Amino acid sequence: MRLMFRCLMAAILALCGFAAQAQQQVVIVTSFPKELTEAYKKAFESRNPGFRVEILNKPTPAGVAYIREAPAANKPDVFWVSAPDAFEVLSAEKLLAKIESPAKEVPAKIGNYPINDPKGFYLGQALAGYGIMWNTRYLAANKLPEPREWADLTKPVYFSHVSMSSPSRSGTTHLTVETILQGEGWEKGWQQMLMIAANCAAITERSFGVPDGVNNGQYGIGLVIDFFGLAAMASGFPTKFVYPSVTAIVPANIGMVAGAKNAENARRFINFTLSPEGQELLFDPKISRLPVLPSVYKKAPAGFPNPFTGKIKPKVNFDSELSESRYYVVSSLFDHTITFRHKELAAAARAIYQAEARLAAKPNARAKELLTEARALAFTPVVGEQKSKDKDFLALFRETKRSAQKTKQLTGLEEYWSSTARKNYARAVELANQAASLAR
Amino acid sequence: MGRGGAALAHSGIARAMTGRFTFVHAAIALLIALFLLVFLAIPVFTVIYVAFTNADGSLTLSHFQSFFHLTLMRESFYNSLVVGGMSVAVSSVFALPLAYFISRFQFRGAILIQTLGVLPLIMPPFVGATAMQLLFGRSGSLNLILGDWFGINLPIMEGLNAVIWVEALHYFPFILLNLTVALNNIDRAMEESAQNLGASGFRLFRRIVFPLAMPGYMAGAALVFLKVFDDVATPLVLNVTNILAAQAYLRITSIGIDDPIGYVASVIMVAASVFALWGSTLVMRGKEYATLQRGGSTLATQRLKPWQAAIAYGWIVFVLLLVLSPHIGLLLLSFSRIWSFTVIPEAYTLQNYVTVFRESSFMLWNSALYCGIAAGLDVLIGTAIAYLMLRTRLPGRQTLDFIATSAVAIPGVVLGIGFLRTFRDFSVPLADVPLVSFWLIIAFAYTVRRLPYALRSCVASLQQVHVSMEEAAQTLGAGGRRTVTRIVVPLMAGGILAGFVTSFLTAAVELSATIMLVSATSDAPVSYGIYLYMQSIAGRGPGAALGVIAVTLVALGTYVSYRVLHSRNLRFEAHQAMK
Repeated sequence: MRLMFRCLMAAILALCGFAAQAQQQVVIVTSFPKELTEAYKKAFESRNPGFRVEILNKPTPAGVAYIREAPAANKPDVFWVSAPDAFEVLSAEKLLAKIESPAKEVPAKIGNYPINDPKGFYLGQALAGYGIMWNTRYLAANKLPEPREWADLTKPVYFSHVSMSSPSRSGTTHLTVETILQGEGWEKGWQQMLMIAANCAAITERSFGVPDGVNNGQYGIGLVIDFFGLAAMASGFPTKFVYPSVTAIVPANIGMVAGAKNAENARRFINFTLSPEGQELLFDPKISRLPVLPSVYKKAPAGFPNPFTGKIKPKVNFDSELSESRYYVVSSLFDHTITFRHKELAAAARAIYQAEARLAAKPNARAKELLTEARALAFTPVVGEQKSKDKDFLALFRETKRSAQKTKQLTGLEEYWSSTARKNYARAVELANQAASLAR
Repeated sequence: MGRGGAALAHSGIARAMTGRFTFVHAAIALLIALFLLVFLAIPVFTVIYVAFTNADGSLTLSHFQSFFHLTLMRESFYNSLVVGGMSVAVSSVFALPLAYFISRFQFRGAILIQTLGVLPLIMPPFVGATAMQLLFGRSGSLNLILGDWFGINLPIMEGLNAVIWVEALHYFPFILLNLTVALNNIDRAMEESAQNLGASGFRLFRRIVFPLAMPGYMAGAALVFLKVFDDVATPLVLNVTNILAAQAYLRITSIGIDDPIGYVASVIMVAASVFALWGSTLVMRGKEYATLQRGGSTLATQRLKPWQAAIAYGWIVFVLLLVLSPHIGLLLLSFSRIWSFTVIPEAYTLQNYVTVFRESSFMLWNSALYCGIAAGLDVLIGTAIAYLMLRTRLPGRQTLDFIATSAVAIPGVVLGIGFLRTFRDFSVPLADVPLVSFWLIIAFAYTVRRLPYALRSCVASLQQVHVSMEEAAQTLGAGGRRTVTRIVVPLMAGGILAGFVTSFLTAAVELSATIMLVSATSDAPVSYGIYLYMQSIAGRGPGAALGVIAVTLVALGTYVSYRVLHSRNLRFEAHQAMK
């Protein structure tokens, strides 16, 4: 026992001595996969001898929490994730330092979306669009047609073959959902979303769960950010990826943490990621992201999409302020009416599709009416467009300090959404069953 | 228990043994209390007080009202209870026959079974669930074959059933380990007497053997329930969100770290877990489990009749195949380049192992170091608390047990955030490193989180040591310390080892607190490494390879530790036989 204790103390002291040695390093908090971070680490370290890149990989929400809770004397240096909202949260809490872009060549906007933060707290480092990926073997085995547009995924043939994540769990899914909402409008957008979700085999907890499930054939089709789809194809999986016409291109960002321990090194690293050399790393088949520097596309591999030529035609001019203003409403509404009620929603869709199939063989006017009503019940959002613009309503979700009063209000709303959705889905099943029995 | 114990009249000793405590006992208790205060109570308190406070800092119970107003939360609570209970039931179906076969019959490869039975524990549940999806999922190997041959698809991996199925396969070793130790510790004379009186077969098991092994079974069952109740990763990998732990996690990580409902859910999980533990002790209250003679040396294990052997081996092979299925899946994945919608991978490679050895072998050392420290501290503290609880009347000993056990109900995320908040303003002595960024913090987090397992094992094994053993030692003049080190600890060795192994294994797969606490990749343990790899499309193979290496190493370690214990027992028996 005493020996063990001594060994432990020796180990502790040795480690302290080791840690006390000063070294040129830069600490990066990121949610990006290892392929990407390793490539940058290797390239940066070989370019800058004597420097060490320390990568801390955390899911975005945990990364935000980590930066917030880190002691002032030991703040990490760089924050590097996709979701702009995470940067907004950090910059609102004054946890980011201002930074000047080293790459003057980067256009101010992609579509309507500013590539760099107009307030100067973070920079776009790569671009990403949203789309649909599918497993070709799965579609062939289940005799399904290849989808092209979001609207295709609302069709009954795809019932229980689709998968998506939830906007509250994944920044990229939030952007996809928001893209659809902005492209189609609130009511129609939610209708489409509810129908797609009803066709899902699962609402996955991590955004990576979707491409992973499509790759191994667990799901046929997935709603994903482009690099998941492109990287899967490049890695040899039997998958394909398309950008639907309703898509938006938004930047994945990088920023410097306020009070960073190694601020100078942080700047050096960020500059590297935006240099032509750093941007070209994105073309690696295992990374497959779109650079923000238009000039490097000259060196892109064949068939690589270029967002600056207009080859991808994003119909949606993504409004980030609108997205930001209703962030929590959209996430929470999605979870309470879709994620947590997915079983009931899918049951409603199944009943409706079955009744429709019957009705197609044996038309019946009354049954048709019932089905229209069932569809309206199942696929209408419980929050109307008017309400979604209400300033007081939105403010309720934005405040972070939670008093007992506010918590009560919020949980009251959640309960209302959740129980209304459940009632609607159950009623839709009843109506669809009635319609089916009429068509007998 | 000073030397004076020996001088006491024999009849008085029993009361004296359990009625006294000394300065040393109190000092040890204080040390443990201090450890638990700093590394459990304070961090958790800094987090969960949110559940009880208003925005202005005043105390309120309103959040609890809001919580129970939510149908979703009530439903999740109910689902959690169902999943916990059903997992215990299914785990028992796997574990009971195995434990009985191992301990009561002459059996080739009993050690192998025990080692294999431990294997599920070393695999992080989220990895196990991923591997099981590949085999049993909707497009898994099994369903692809069934679809080809019969055109059917079994929904094995859907909804709550999937969670129960994966959890039971993952956690049944808790019951197996504890029950096997308990069965081996039963006095065979009890069974012999019953057999002389005409009981045999199932009746013997139901009326004599199982009741006597009850402390071990309850210890295991309670652990399974608590563990399943608290598990976040498995339901989430299976995309099941209507479960309390998942709701707490989702609220804290997505709505925000300041959302009180998430903390209320945590508090309710703590309460439910404590209630379950209390229930399990209630079942055993007022019963005497200690038997005088230790098993193993009196009666030779029975020989199996051929038909019995057929049944036994059949069941064992069946269970082992199920248990090993995630490992088989992982093994295939680790050698695969592309595995998509086919029964087995279509292209194989060794590259995944090369990648892991080049990039991540240091993680194995980290895991061994952290988990070794954690499991060592756990059995040390566990044995001490068990002794204080069962052999002294030290005031507050039940509170120690209660606090140490409650750690099982603290979600890893909550403990992680608590650690970050509590230790961020302190730095390591002699160095300019903040305490939160120091690797030892991870080891301490493991110690706290896995302490309940070691503690249960230690308590169960001490419950089976009859106090008269110590009385005898004291009568022969052994002092308090000598009695503990020469008599109590050796007699508890099986339980202590089981505790060490469970703590070590489960610490090695800990992820939720690890994610919060790892502050440098060079300090990262294996579980974090697997998680990292599994996050990327090209990385699932290396992740699986890392998992396979870790599983293999730990299986070897477990096997060796059982061999050591077994040969020690043999020597002990031989020694006695010579006398």
